[in-house]
Amino acid sequence: MALANGHDSHTHIVPIRVYLLVYAALLVLLVLTVGAAYLPGRHTLLNNVIALTIAIAKAVLVVLYFMHVRYSTRLTWLWASAGFFWLLIMFILTLGDYFTRHWVPAIGWE
Amino acid sequence: MSVTVAKPGEVRHNYLNAGDTVLSWLLTTDHKRIAILYLVSVSFFFLVGGLLAGLIRLELLTPQGDLMTSENYNRVFTMHGVVMIFLFLIPVIPAVLGNFLVPLMVGARDLAFPRLNLASWYLYMAGGLIATWAMVTGGVDTGWTFYPPYSSSYSTSQVTLTIIGAFIIGFSSIATGINFIVTIHKMRAPGLTWFRLPLFIWAHYATSVIIVLGTPVVAITLLLVVAERVFRLGIFDPALGGDPILFQHLFWFYSHPAVYIMVLPAMGVISEVVSCFSRKRVFGYHFVAFSSVAIAVIGFLVWGHHMFTTGQSVYAGMVFSLLSFLVAVPSAVKVFNWTATMYKGTIDLRAPLLYVMGFIGLFVIGGLTGLFLAALATDVHLQDTYFVVAHFHYIMVGGTILGYMAGLHFWWPKITGRMYPEGIAKLTALVIFAGFNLTFLPQFVLGFLGMPRRYHWYPEEWQMLHVMSTAGAFLLGIGFILPVFYLLWSLRTGALAGPNPWGATGLEWKVDSPPITHNFEQTPIVTEEPYAYDNHHEPEEVFSGTGASTTKR
Ligand code: HEM
Ligand SMILES: [Cu+2]
Repeated sequence: MALANGHDSHTHIVPIRVYLLVYAALLVLLVLTVGAAYLPGRHTLLNNVIALTIAIAKAVLVVLYFMHVRYSTRLTWLWASAGFFWLLIMFILTLGDYFTRHWVPAIGWE
Repeated sequence: MSVTVAKPGEVRHNYLNAGDTVLSWLLTTDHKRIAILYLVSVSFFFLVGGLLAGLIRLELLTPQGDLMTSENYNRVFTMHGVVMIFLFLIPVIPAVLGNFLVPLMVGARDLAFPRLNLASWYLYMAGGLIATWAMVTGGVDTGWTFYPPYSSSYSTSQVTLTIIGAFIIGFSSIATGINFIVTIHKMRAPGLTWFRLPLFIWAHYATSVIIVLGTPVVAITLLLVVAERVFRLGIFDPALGGDPILFQHLFWFYSHPAVYIMVLPAMGVISEVVSCFSRKRVFGYHFVAFSSVAIAVIGFLVWGHHMFTTGQSVYAGMVFSLLSFLVAVPSAVKVFNWTATMYKGTIDLRAPLLYVMGFIGLFVIGGLTGLFLAALATDVHLQDTYFVVAHFHYIMVGGTILGYMAGLHFWWPKITGRMYPEGIAKLTALVIFAGFNLTFLPQFVLGFLGMPRRYHWYPEEWQMLHVMSTAGAFLLGIGFILPVFYLLWSLRTGALAGPNPWGATGLEWKVDSPPITHNFEQTPIVTEEPYAYDNHHEPEEVFSGTGASTTKR
């Protein structure tokens, strides 16, 4: 069996320091998110862009370090990317509905 | 692989007699024992769901709502749906047959993560008990689809508790899916290349992909309903600034692919059984294998066909309609290939093959009526009628459950070491087929005539069709009770099976029945394609029908 053959048995030991650093980074990003919400003026669009960018940065950190994808095989990378690809499918087809609803005037959707 | 047949009176080591305390079952990490745990528990929930179905059909016997109040009728059909879908149809084939067979078929000693496997059963039980708790303390009345704002703002039933139950069950299926994916990637026996894998494995691989990529979405979505219900966070309820259509998108993003979680494993069973009893390799192996993957991927692109009439943009509707027609292609590929497999085969008409033939016929009807529903114009007429109810029962009962019955009978000798009684099993297959069609064929007519789903009052002139449907349901009920008796009976009195009573190919048939705890004495080495029925004759395993099978070498 492949597992017993050992070509997958290496487990990368991540030093605790890395975890703590990532954790600290996540906390800083959290503070930034909250801070951005209090930015003067009501730039809803800008606010959304900032919040989403921070959220993506956090997700990437968690996936790469806490979930060990950074130290994993290409197969794991493939699966992790599949997750994001499917997320994209979900967004595109759902937004496909929202963006085209107004094309046909219908009662209730003005 | 040396194969020996038990002599009468001799008790060989196997996974069943490896321990007989209750704890040896509850703490087992043996995939075969976990399959048995699942077998017992899904059967229990099938019984619960079946009794609820009986109540629905009794109520619909008369045009008036005379057996129960409308409120209770809502609860009964909702709980029927929740139990059948989340606690029976989704886990049944992967968790019972898949758990038992995936390691055996790939030549491994167990799944990749045996403890995760056991944990998945505990999660299933925890979720099932919470859902049961919700049922006995008031029930749910939202329909299995939990549409807000009714579910989040208005229903006074046990929505929160039921959703928590469904949420937990979701994790049990994710655990099973991950286990299968890792096992199939990493633990195949030497020589067992991807294109030597049984199609049952391909089907379970595709199913696992859907489970892992889809289930988290529905889990979070249902949690959002709870958040709106409990904390009044405005997400789906327009009164709170939410959008109810958003829920439908997120819910069906999982729940359409979920119908393939239910039916793909059954398709895997069909491929195994059809080639064994036709004594031919599966026609177009590569096409059947890749059509499973195609279904898994395209199945994620069609969910909007559940929303044609609910306020979705018509342009999105057109795209979803087109994509829905596409998903029928890989399904059709499979059907043609199974039929071609039987063509000019040496047919051995055993009970599992009867179920397979039933599956093919009913799945075709279910799939084709899906196309009626996927066409924008006809769906406006048929949405939310009994036509939809008949459509999905044709696929889920006619497809998933018949596939499960085929597989349960086919591998029963492997699981228990005993043969089931052939005569009554065949009779039962016919009873189920007849009962099924009597139940659901009239529902197509009813739906076309305009009978809405989820109502218990209806005009007098439809009573005859409803009476037929109720009569069919009771025949169907008998068909599902019979196997309980004869299969249990066979545990003590069935003929000893021997390793390979059907003369089938596949690694699972090269080990004892029942297998030893670690499946294989030595790691098997695979040197040929699957289903090599016409290359050479397997060491002829003759099943005499009365006594133990004998091996001629
Ligand atoms: C051949 C491919 C299929 C097509 C094109 C198709 C199409 C559809 C459409 C358009 C609907 C929505 C009808 C409406 O609400 O007006 C529907 C409902 C449904 N289908 Fe299918 N279907 C297919 C296969 C399946 C399979 C394989 C299953 C199950 C194993 C299934 C289970 C269901 C269920 C459960 C519903 C009803 C959901 C609900 O509203 O409660 N379908 N189908
Ligand atoms: Cu669908």
